[in-house]
Amino acid sequence: MNSSVVIFPGSNCDRDMAVALKKFGFKNNMVWHDDIDLPKSDLVVLPGGFSYGDHLRSGSIASKSKIIQSVIKFAKSGGLLLGICNGFQILTETELLPGVLLRNKFSEFICKNVFVKINNTENNYFKKIKKNVLELHIAHNEGNYFCSNIQMKEIVDNNQIALSYCDKNGEINEKSNPNGSSKNIAAILNKEKNILGMMPHPERMIDKYLSGDDGVIFFENLLNNLK
Amino acid sequence: MVNEKIAVDHGLKKTEFKEICKLLKRVPNITELGLFSAMWNEHCSYKSSKIHLKKLPTSGKKVIQGPGENAGVIDIEDDDAIVFKIESHNHPSFIEPYQGAATGVGGIMRDVFTMGARPIANLNSIHFGSTQHKKTKNLLRGVVRGIGGYGNCMGIPTIGGQTCFDESYNGNILVNAMTVGLVKKNKIFYSKASGINKPVIYVGSKTGRDGIHGASMASAVFDDQIEEKKPTVQVGDPFTEKLLLEACLELMADDSIISIQDMGAAGLTSSSVEMASKGKLGIELYLDKVPCRESNMTPYEIMLSESQERMLIILENGKEDKAKKIFDKWHLDFAIIGKTTKSNKIEIFFNKNKVADVPIEFLSDKAPEYDRKWKKTKLPIKNKLNKNIYKNLKIEDVLIKILASPNICSKEWIWQQYDHTVMGDTIQKPGGDAGVVRIHGTNKAIATTVDSSAGYCFAHPLTGGKQVVCESWRNLVSVGAKPIAITNCLNFGNPEKENNMGEFVECLGGISEACKFLDYPIVSGNVSFYNETKDKGIKPTPSIGGVGLLKDYKKMVSISLKKAENIVLLIGKTEGHVDQSVFAKEILNQKKGPPPEINLFNEKNNGETVLKLINEGYVKSAHDVSVGGALIAITKMCITGNMGININKPKSLVNFFEYFFGEDQGRYLIEIEKKDIEKAKSILEKNSVYFSEFGITQEKNIVLKDSLNVTIEKLDKANKLWLTKYMDS
Amino acid sequence: MKISITVTLKKDVLDPQGNTIKKALENMNFKNINDIRQGKYFEIDIDEKNEKKAREKAEEMCKKLLANLVIEDYKIIGQQ
Repeated sequence: MNSSVVIFPGSNCDRDMAVALKKFGFKNNMVWHDDIDLPKSDLVVLPGGFSYGDHLRSGSIASKSKIIQSVIKFAKSGGLLLGICNGFQILTETELLPGVLLRNKFSEFICKNVFVKINNTENNYFKKIKKNVLELHIAHNEGNYFCSNIQMKEIVDNNQIALSYCDKNGEINEKSNPNGSSKNIAAILNKEKNILGMMPHPERMIDKYLSGDDGVIFFENLLNNLK
Repeated sequence: MVNEKIAVDHGLKKTEFKEICKLLKRVPNITELGLFSAMWNEHCSYKSSKIHLKKLPTSGKKVIQGPGENAGVIDIEDDDAIVFKIESHNHPSFIEPYQGAATGVGGIMRDVFTMGARPIANLNSIHFGSTQHKKTKNLLRGVVRGIGGYGNCMGIPTIGGQTCFDESYNGNILVNAMTVGLVKKNKIFYSKASGINKPVIYVGSKTGRDGIHGASMASAVFDDQIEEKKPTVQVGDPFTEKLLLEACLELMADDSIISIQDMGAAGLTSSSVEMASKGKLGIELYLDKVPCRESNMTPYEIMLSESQERMLIILENGKEDKAKKIFDKWHLDFAIIGKTTKSNKIEIFFNKNKVADVPIEFLSDKAPEYDRKWKKTKLPIKNKLNKNIYKNLKIEDVLIKILASPNICSKEWIWQQYDHTVMGDTIQKPGGDAGVVRIHGTNKAIATTVDSSAGYCFAHPLTGGKQVVCESWRNLVSVGAKPIAITNCLNFGNPEKENNMGEFVECLGGISEACKFLDYPIVSGNVSFYNETKDKGIKPTPSIGGVGLLKDYKKMVSISLKKAENIVLLIGKTEGHVDQSVFAKEILNQKKGPPPEINLFNEKNNGETVLKLINEGYVKSAHDVSVGGALIAITKMCITGNMGININKPKSLVNFFEYFFGEDQGRYLIEIEKKDIEKAKSILEKNSVYFSEFGITQEKNIVLKDSLNVTIEKLDKANKLWLTKYMDS
Repeated sequence: MKISITVTLKKDVLDPQGNTIKKALENMNFKNINDIRQGKYFEIDIDEKNEKKAREKAEEMCKKLLANLVIEDYKIIGQQ
């Protein structure tokens, strides 16, 4: 399987993502934001970090970069497009995903482990996944998901919520919401379910010596679904 | 024109100005005076500290580069080396906490990647005034946001640090930032220039009027426009620094660079002078070529600007185009602003006029050096306490009160704001004895910690100096790392005062003695004097950043208790030394007496034996016993592991409270499975290490027969909530 | 009374955000931009009918919280 990770000026999880993808068997290419064309890919990843310093709005300037037109074309033709953290913010700024990620409710950067519940398994990311609650890691300043009521109705009606913050037993409640996200949303899909934006970083949890290894479940499952 | 008064306004002494005129055989012009004031000030010249710093142990088998470069370099086997340094940014952080702290972090990272190393970990040591002081909360919030803002954006994990509160910092907070970087041994870059007619390249951000020192803003330079030209605080731009990091590392991949130096304090002045001085060369600069952010900047301003995210590079001839292409790609300024010469002078031109012409050695080697007067601090006599004061104390109340005291409480509120997992190799996060990151793609890992003990150093600088080195060593041992070397940030008061200078000299003496004994050399650091406001100086605060190596990261241990029915051993002897302890200060309200004594032989022997036990795989968890004493140490092991312990009644004759809260040195708590206990004990006995059985782990509660039975949840709450509540209130 | 205030970085202070936005616009083919400085905008509804008093209060808020006078300037740009 071929993957591509796009590097924007200020990306800083690009290497971590490439390491993870290679570890689980992807043949990965790094793509520079100023390039026009994407290499042939089964999966394109917009990694975490602070593209363009997060200036103006997180993800806003990256969403105007040269490579983005090819990324949009790739996604519109059904290709798998994954945005993690800042990548999620870029996806909402390009309007490939609805809504916006606001400042965390307590307006401080949060770096910690969280639990997320998988709500939708009818897609290539979570189909046949072994667990329905994963322990993943978040590290962000702006992860507070927000959208209009109309958008929210659509998201819910189309079963677009992919992951919700929960406690270790899978209970979705206010206490387990780290950043104030509407409906505890940690990740959403587009209507067609080929684009996933998520705040947690599975690439930081790929062996047992790290903060956890549920990232292994995520990547192994993703690869199996693509085979 | 320049006269004695203007020189004094620039922070020079009258005698120093006379010396300058004598060297030059004329009066310097204003630009030249700027150069002298920058190079001859304490920060660049180390004029008060130099003669004492020379006595420190700075070499060893593992040392590749000691002090004198942008950062120190140590060997971590194979072809890998670690580059690291700690630096202060105290005064700017007090004026503008967010930007001050942020630019401190940015500066130290540049020091490390200037040498060709990619930063892999950040740490910090921050000291604030009393929690009752009206400024403390905002300063803390700003500093933490600034550190996080910069480090998080750079994508370098912040894996450790320490936060202390003491009223002596009310008017002078301390912000010390440390960076650890990884480099291949054959790819280390230095600042020493070599070769004549080599292009001098300026890269990074543009130059503005940032941080030109207030003291050096003489009225002769600025007239009616003074308001407009007010000195401004440097603003950090981590985004640009991230680009600068990537661009520099890209250019460093081949051999285009002869030498490279970041523009830190005193900007273009110190970087150009230092590069020329080390290479025994001259340098010519054409200031009209320097990329400027603002119009009408004078040569004086350009030379003294402290704008951030800039580097000076001396390039091989013919590599200019290739280098420029890389910096263009990363949208960074690139300008050829001068060349190396054989004149041994710095010659500065502006619009074709020569505006400065000074022999390099006048600015560097001829800078003053002082042997300042200093006063010895006597070892205080033991504070004789009437044992009746313990009568009304309940151990649970004391424990909870200490856990929820500012200097002991959990600092999770702080380190959760730092990205500590980016780069995917953090295997021990903040909150333990040391942060640990793997050397990417290998079995090795680096443990690192930063420590200070201002209370001990204030009570007796010589002992305090020794103690802080030992504490650093113990923290590394506790995670299973072999300590290699340290960097130090020496924060002190006014060196022109005999008692402050004495604190400096004696702390350094203690540091030196401990480093020598433990074979733990000092490879980099900085000195920050004049931490005083309205005549009130800070407590002497050397911050020590230590780095150690784990050859096999799978053998790392943490402080969290692992399993019920394991035996916890207390390594080292407990005499119940209460003077200068947290218990004495928080509970007994006593501030007198000496700090705990340091026995370097025991430190070394205990530490090396614990390390042996860890390497044999017998140790399930370990924690050094430091501030707060044994009961606080075991409580932290219980909280992080969510386990309990049944503590044995101490057999020693020491008073109960003194036993549990005394801060005797050289001690560790280690958790061992029953099946390994005899083997472990025999190793301890063979090495003549004093130890006792402290307790047996259990699922719930900390229990001490007849005196204590408390849930972990209650202790955790007390420990964790204090800081959050304080910041919210 | 509603008071409008802008807070911007002082003239000589580096504005990383403004720089990045400028570069991005140039990349999108907006030419001839000399400089961009960005800042914050506040609308404060004060329960005060006297214009002078309301402005004084706003001024105090700027000095004490809204602007960091070490690096920022504020301007009260209007009231209604």
